[in-house]
Amino acid sequence: MRGDDEPRLPDPRMIPIAAPQAWFEQPSPEHSVATGQSATDEGDGVFVRPFIVTRGRTRPLHDGLRLETLIEALPAALGRDGWGKPLSAPLQFEQRQIVELAQHPVSVAEVAARIGVPLGVARVLIADLYTGKYISLHEPHELPVHVIERIRDLVRAL
Amino acid sequence: MYGRSERESTGPSAVKIVISGGFGVGKTTFIGAISEIEPLTTEASMTDRSVGIDDASLLTQKTTTTVALDFGRITLDSSLILYLFGTPGQERFDFLWDDLATGALGSVIIADTRRIEDCYPVLDYFEDKSTPFIVAVNDFDGADRFELGEVREALGVDEAVPVVHCDARSRESVKGVLVALIEQVLLQRVA
Repeated sequence: MRGDDEPRLPDPRMIPIAAPQAWFEQPSPEHSVATGQSATDEGDGVFVRPFIVTRGRTRPLHDGLRLETLIEALPAALGRDGWGKPLSAPLQFEQRQIVELAQHPVSVAEVAARIGVPLGVARVLIADLYTGKYISLHEPHELPVHVIERIRDLVRAL
Repeated sequence: MYGRSERESTGPSAVKIVISGGFGVGKTTFIGAISEIEPLTTEASMTDRSVGIDDASLLTQKTTTTVALDFGRITLDSSLILYLFGTPGQERFDFLWDDLATGALGSVIIADTRRIEDCYPVLDYFEDKSTPFIVAVNDFDGADRFELGEVREALGVDEAVPVVHCDARSRESVKGVLVALIEQVLLQRVA
């Protein structure tokens, strides 16, 4: 669909899964989706309360995260803080997964689906990352007419 | 400097179109026909919204009510990503519907002529929200092909709302429906 000259656009099939850290095994996002594994998988009788990964917090620190809000990792997000110093506290497993997914712009809904957590959980985790300056948000805004026209032409040309 | 302009239009933007209609009407098929990824599913649970709502009955439901939500993605160009979200089928969950409809460019309401009444609640919802929408009649194998005028009459939708045929399995057909919706959005914009 697109030229090969601009590969910075998000396509999860192309996002390299980060090399597993020595101290944990990282399942690929595709794997967790394909097998239906998630924090709330109830099929096998093991029920994990979904908000366990947020330590019970259900309220995001940042409001207004829509399903389609795009997040993108800030360059320093993996391993270094804003001043280039190595982070003293590494990110929690799910947060690290999110930062890895967000190497390209990715929506809140996609993050939830790919790391296998309910939307509400994803919102809390993403808001934490935003507050901690690991990611930036591209929040949706009202589109001017010329952009809508461009969308129409691009859809037509698909 | 990066990140300072995150609210400016220079960054990537996501556009959302809601694919709606009764249960089993072909919403996920429609999304899958054009999405660049296999449609993804995410879960919303009642706890997403029950906290902070002054309704004690919601709080007693804990996490037991979960709704699955299917969506697909189309990368339009280096700064525009189109997401197609399907509304959950069986029941209407207002908390999630509002999440879906807020900020949506518009909605495609898929109708099945064998169960035309299934889309009445959906029509009510989007008319109420003033979200631009069009009706796409999914031509299932074996279903009688109705005149679009008849469908319009049965649905009781305004003359200004396009009613079109579609084959949810066909990429070209789905594309045509999306273009028709965007035309409708533009019409309502300039009106």
